[in-house]
Amino acid sequence: MRRVVVTGLGLVTPLGAEVELVWANILAGKSGAARITRFDATDYVCQIACEVKPADHEYGFDPNKRVDHKVQRQVDPFIIYGIDAAGQALEDAGLTEMTEEQSYRAGLSIGSGIGGLPGIESESLVLAAKGPRRVSPHFVHGRLINLISGQVSIKYGLRGPNHAVVTACSTGAHAIGDAARMIAMDDADVMLAGGAEGAICPLGIAGFSQAKALSTHFNDTPEKGSRPYDKDRDGFVMGEGAGVVVLEEYEHARARGAKIYAEVIGYGLSGDAYHVTAPHPEGSGAYRAMEMALKKAGLKPEDIDYINAHGTSTPMGDELELGAVRRLFGDAIENVSMSSTKSAIGHLLGGAGAVEAIFCILAMRDQIVPPTLNLDNPSDGVMGVDLVPHVAKKREVRAVLNNSFGFGGTNASLVMVPVRD
Amino acid sequence: MSDTAERVKKIVVEHLGVEAEKVTEEASFIDDLGADSLDIVELVMAFEEEFGVEIPDDAAEKIGTVKDAITYIDSNKA
Repeated sequence: MRRVVVTGLGLVTPLGAEVELVWANILAGKSGAARITRFDATDYVCQIACEVKPADHEYGFDPNKRVDHKVQRQVDPFIIYGIDAAGQALEDAGLTEMTEEQSYRAGLSIGSGIGGLPGIESESLVLAAKGPRRVSPHFVHGRLINLISGQVSIKYGLRGPNHAVVTACSTGAHAIGDAARMIAMDDADVMLAGGAEGAICPLGIAGFSQAKALSTHFNDTPEKGSRPYDKDRDGFVMGEGAGVVVLEEYEHARARGAKIYAEVIGYGLSGDAYHVTAPHPEGSGAYRAMEMALKKAGLKPEDIDYINAHGTSTPMGDELELGAVRRLFGDAIENVSMSSTKSAIGHLLGGAGAVEAIFCILAMRDQIVPPTLNLDNPSDGVMGVDLVPHVAKKREVRAVLNNSFGFGGTNASLVMVPVRD
Repeated sequence: MSDTAERVKKIVVEHLGVEAEKVTEEASFIDDLGADSLDIVELVMAFEEEFGVEIPDDAAEKIGTVKDAITYIDSNKA
């Protein structure tokens, strides 16, 4: 089987739009949460979110860097974030210029959980107020989930597989896993893979609030809202942004002397077959996804040093995930560190799995694991596990496990290691 | 430059993201300003909003240059 390595990283997050800056902010324990600024949220039970900051903010995002003015006007924010993160990853990998021959072997698998919700919301208001002849001709292709892949393929001339995953909050992890398999199966030599989200709009906040998924008790202290594993957690804080990696066939990367961050050696997928929003009460789907990923990787639980948890800060999900980890790891849980970076940047939904995969890769590079913020009083069910409360921790990181689970009972786990010759 | 011409050029610059100097009256939306057929639909919508005119599809198809747009608007606006 062809080996698959990571040779480029790109991030747009509430804590910055450049990989090293985001990572420094994550390790420093900063929070990207604040009161919602995109619209007046006074009447909403949840009034906080982790928004991508404007360009003039110390860790803001400038869309003009990599996204054409015309495209910016036509597409939803999730596509803008995705194009920029993909551009960063290609630049990092040194692959912005390819020969025509190379371009046929370079593809994309960049998805989103929800897609262009803000634009669907605003354009439906135009339709209601002004009629069908005022709906934008760019409405459809500016909102479709596969249009990050579409836009990036046009911008950089990638002519290989043009794909997009839609599996709610496990999108980013599935996108990387699926793209790695495309390379392993010889469909491509290079794949841009990841996910993006930009759903902080009235309909998005109202919809997730009505599904009882969002934190509602921290409107006056937004940075305290995302608190995975803590007794006072009461739902997730919505984030936005994108994470994209360049995946590359190992020999292809070696031949061109590319910088290799990590190797993707395990990928597991499963379904709960239980409930549309609630995880299986025994965490059986999560367990099987992790078990499959470890098996494909040829690793045992004791080989894993860091788990980037799904850990969204919902009352039910966090403990069920940890319960599944506990059963799978047995005694090996004593040596593993497991944290949720959603405590810092919120839940990026379709972007989460990819952004968190990048944090896993950087944890291995720098031999340090990022913290779980706001873990002041751990729940009874999470005792005896190193959840890296409050501050980052230097430690040996030989292999990482990244978990992502989504509505619809969908689960994905990735296992990565530093590259071994 | 007429008031109509100025407002048309402003819309074209904003929608197509082109430099103002390129938006001459002779400029073709597609050949000179990089527009595609969907951009033209959007421009026509913007002209309709700005000038309170209705530009039916068959008339819109005949608008190829900045000057065509200005002429149509001047002869049809209320």
